[in-house]
Amino acid sequence: MAAITLIEAVTQALAHEMKHDDSVVVLGEDVGVNGGVFRATVGLQEKFGELRVLDTPLDETTIAGVTVGLAAQGMKPVCEAQFEGFIYPMMEQICCHAARLRNRTRGRITCPAVFRAPWGGGIHAPEHHSEANEHLFTNVPGLRVVLPSSPARAYGLLLAAIRDPDPVMFFEPKRIYRQYKEEVPDDGEALPLDVCFVLRDGTDVTLVTWGAEVKECLEAADALASDGISAEVIDLATLTPLDFDTIAESVQKTGRCVIVQEAPKTAGFGAEIAARIAEECLYDLLAPVMRVSGWDIHTPLYRLEMKQLPSVARIVEAAKRTVAAG
Amino acid sequence: MPIAAKFEIEYLQYMDPQGKLVRKDLPAFAKDLDTMVKLYKLMVSTRVFDAKSIALQRTGKLGTYASCLGHEAAHVGIGSAMKPEDVLAPSYREYGAQLFRGVQPREVYMYWGGDERGNDYQNEPARHDFAWSVPIATQCLHAAGSALAFKIRGEKRVAVCTIGDGGSSKGDFYGAINIAGAQTLPMVAVIVNNQWAISVPRRIQSGAKTLAQKGIAAGLPSIQVDGNDIIAVRKAMEDALDRARKGDGASVIECVTYRLGDPTTADDARRYRGKDEVEDAWTKDPVKRLRVYLESQKAWNEKKETALQEECNEWMDNEVNAYLESKAQTVGAMFDYTFAEVPADLAKQRDLALSLEQKVAH
Repeated sequence: MAAITLIEAVTQALAHEMKHDDSVVVLGEDVGVNGGVFRATVGLQEKFGELRVLDTPLDETTIAGVTVGLAAQGMKPVCEAQFEGFIYPMMEQICCHAARLRNRTRGRITCPAVFRAPWGGGIHAPEHHSEANEHLFTNVPGLRVVLPSSPARAYGLLLAAIRDPDPVMFFEPKRIYRQYKEEVPDDGEALPLDVCFVLRDGTDVTLVTWGAEVKECLEAADALASDGISAEVIDLATLTPLDFDTIAESVQKTGRCVIVQEAPKTAGFGAEIAARIAEECLYDLLAPVMRVSGWDIHTPLYRLEMKQLPSVARIVEAAKRTVAAG
Repeated sequence: MPIAAKFEIEYLQYMDPQGKLVRKDLPAFAKDLDTMVKLYKLMVSTRVFDAKSIALQRTGKLGTYASCLGHEAAHVGIGSAMKPEDVLAPSYREYGAQLFRGVQPREVYMYWGGDERGNDYQNEPARHDFAWSVPIATQCLHAAGSALAFKIRGEKRVAVCTIGDGGSSKGDFYGAINIAGAQTLPMVAVIVNNQWAISVPRRIQSGAKTLAQKGIAAGLPSIQVDGNDIIAVRKAMEDALDRARKGDGASVIECVTYRLGDPTTADDARRYRGKDEVEDAWTKDPVKRLRVYLESQKAWNEKKETALQEECNEWMDNEVNAYLESKAQTVGAMFDYTFAEVPADLAKQRDLALSLEQKVAH
């Protein structure tokens, strides 16, 4: 078994599910002949035909609305927004229909759809191609918001997302699409949604993160360890519905928490984690909860782009401040 | 100069506002007076239902309601031409089509009366139709997606969406007819042009001479019909549905009608349109012209009309009672349909909400 990248794991999951379930269809701009601008859908049209891997007209609203219609008829569409910065025209269809079809029809019509989008910064892309906007969806009831952070989790979580009976926003951190390879057996084994993954055990401080920043957090944990600080690293993976119990258990143990998010700080999903810790774990805390995030600015064009992304140094510094505080 | 493309839009009318036939080549269904009487009965039922809905709202027993007064021929024409296996994706006032497909008045009252169960249509074939779509024109893409599903699965079914003149301005409408044209999807998009989008008249909604011609831009057969003439509406629908079922793709139909009532009970159309215009529109009333026609064919009379009105009133009273006797859902039900299964984190909120209810009860 060859080791594969995160984006190859996405392709592997799509191919697996399309092979085993005729109702799975893929649609979006350039997903067919071209195999997607990042090659996430490469080879699928050859295997499954032009209708099941559909090149749509260049209109995100159309892609999202057709996805809702397909799902309402019992298909399992996996649609693609070419970049998360182009997802805004999809929001009406996602928020007003995909997310609420089940609720507003008392379960008569449902929307088992996956909305995929390459997400986040760090690849020197043009304007509108490097946003982190997951928090716009975490406040929408009826949606699952999922961000894989490794090839294996991309495979297992995407399988779970396709099989889930409700709509899933599947944001793929494009910065780590090809960052490293690992062996991912094509065994059709899904990972659970609604569950956080503890990637590293620690006792002094909890680092909570998701998406591409998982790698920075693991590196920060290594750096902290060399200074004698034991950091636990939690990858949320599914932001909503949130598995807060795993976070609470960790914070009760460490007494300290640093939340690391790529998105701008104010009203990002980190604010929700911090609020929940304040509500449920305040008396376990030894230090104030800290956030390391993007600044409250638009993602800079790429000369300064990396200044927007939380660095290992900033994470280490924040963690040390929590340890120094108590 | 060479011409790159040329188009024309046909206008279809069989029956004029006075109830006289203007052409002799009646479609098969229109030659059968029993069918025409059946269509008339449903148009009258729709009108009685509409009046009852407004009365309920005015007496505080119903929330905001969008009236369909004046649209009866368009809506019944659409619904009656469809086959049970087809799918309707309506906006929020196509009751004539929906009643034909089995939506119960009590369900309409339930929805506008503040209860999601109104969207859980119990009767087939409405049970597999979409529920009312409030965000304008969004339902057009649900029809396109449904049509794509039918095409992928090789099913001989057609998806029908309905929108208003205002809705035809939205990108969702264009997106739907565009992909339907590009992929030859079994879909029919019906623009029910009632001349008014709340307070904005047709003349400043679009510079296009007809709204039907927007379909030409998507490569679709497109036609304008007298939307107050049930024969014209149903014939255009039958032709479009046949084309779609045969695999020849989608069509656009513009039904020219008039919104005789307020846009919803929350608005007052007297603020922006004149009495003369409305009085003129009443002379083109779709229900009256069909009655005149049926009477001229000896298929209808005053006695039958009185009996029908009584029958409709009895039906609506029964439906209203069923609605008024229904109890609100439990607080737990607010949470139960957000996901297929209530996630653990949401279950905690549900438990809290339920415990607050118990405190109130004590």
